[in-house]
Amino acid sequence: MHETTLEGGFTDAPRDAAHAFRACMNAMARPGRIETLRGATPPAPLSLAAGSLLLTLCDGDTPVHLTGAHDSQAVRQWLAFHTGAPLAATPAEATFAIGAWEGLVPLADYPTGTARYPDRSATLIVEMDALDTAGARLTGPGIASSTTFSVPDLAALQANHALFPQGLDFYFTAGDQIAAIPRSTQLEDA
Amino acid sequence: MNNTSENVAAYNFAYLDEQTKRMIRRAILKGLAIPGYQVPFASREMPMPYGWGTGGVQLSAATLTPDDRLKVIDQGADDTTNAVSIRKFFEKTARIATTERTQEASVIQTRHRVPETPLTEDQILIYQVPIPEPLRFLEPSEVETRKMHELSEYGLMHVKLYEDIARHGHIATSYAYPVQVEGRYVMDPSPIPKFDNPKLSDCAAIQLFGAGREQRIYALPPHTRVVSLDFEDHPFDPSKADAPCALCGDTHSYLDEVITDDAGTRMFVCSDTDHCQTRRAAGHDKEDAA
Repeated sequence: MHETTLEGGFTDAPRDAAHAFRACMNAMARPGRIETLRGATPPAPLSLAAGSLLLTLCDGDTPVHLTGAHDSQAVRQWLAFHTGAPLAATPAEATFAIGAWEGLVPLADYPTGTARYPDRSATLIVEMDALDTAGARLTGPGIASSTTFSVPDLAALQANHALFPQGLDFYFTAGDQIAAIPRSTQLEDA
Repeated sequence: MNNTSENVAAYNFAYLDEQTKRMIRRAILKGLAIPGYQVPFASREMPMPYGWGTGGVQLSAATLTPDDRLKVIDQGADDTTNAVSIRKFFEKTARIATTERTQEASVIQTRHRVPETPLTEDQILIYQVPIPEPLRFLEPSEVETRKMHELSEYGLMHVKLYEDIARHGHIATSYAYPVQVEGRYVMDPSPIPKFDNPKLSDCAAIQLFGAGREQRIYALPPHTRVVSLDFEDHPFDPSKADAPCALCGDTHSYLDEVITDDAGTRMFVCSDTDHCQTRRAAGHDKEDAA
């Protein structure tokens, strides 16, 4: 067992998770807006925000797909100990997937829900070096007129929006910062 | 006192267990990502009967943080049985602060009204929903209504509104008036009076809808475009009783009709008790409207 496995969870799970969920919900409800999310201290390379999000939303019902550097023994054991979430061997089985953008693509492999149940889709947690509000122009539900946010691949997110109401939902995390782009958000070059 | 605090300590924060909250929270996030779409969730037994707001209570339990200040209204009023008991429920199980003032609240759980005071982006409005499916009384089969939502096949709803016009000369649906969200899903706004429908659109607050018995959660992110269904020649009319409030004189708020004796005497008063009290405290009275 890795030395960090038992450490770094919420100190007061119900209250820490409530605060963390509020940040997750505000981010998802207001695409492109950066919220602060902390509470967990996960092993590297998991960011504080991504680790807190996993503890808030994942459990035995949500297979998690780890990609790239995030697919390490330390992360696997930490996730297993603190959430009990099973690991998804392939993207197709994932409810949540986490990693850098290069490790997560291609997006076509993740479940985007069905036409009758578009909610049965994966949520991708994209670990970034930094979150930047300069970038693509976002419009849609949750945005008063328009806002801007730097995304790793504009074309891929536009293609995802084109699937609406099916599609994937994205969280972007860096340090203790989190922002979201759900499938409902339209993106264009600023 | 000791005994009471021991009992309180026996509750998890905000009553529900953490796994249940995670399940509800995931449903809320998918609901926000697909505005107006009904997300199925595994609704729990709550210590109150179905029909008393179990969907709203579960949403509140999954949403509240220890820093929140909760307001609960029932048909606009803070002092009715349902509102008082739900407020007490969360005072006891989450030990959070409560209020009757709309401006002071960070989370507002409501049954059948939207507060008169415009909501801010720091607030969350949680609706109790009895029947989440707007097409249910037209098509009893869930398989069929799912298919209709899949195909955006909402002709049946327009036929229903047309039949209103054919029978009554106007659209007689006065509450739970169907809306379309961002040009896609037709949604039941819960049994709010149609007077409140315009407040759903472009609202600064997050709006969450929970139906406990029917096991559905749906949501509107802030600034979502919500349109009440209508016809070009019969445009949507957010009507209310044509009278001023008998207590505060407001001519713009939604009114309840109160029968005051057995000879048919009646008065109209604001349905939103906080709105009415705030106005009266500011010196407004029934002479205002004259």
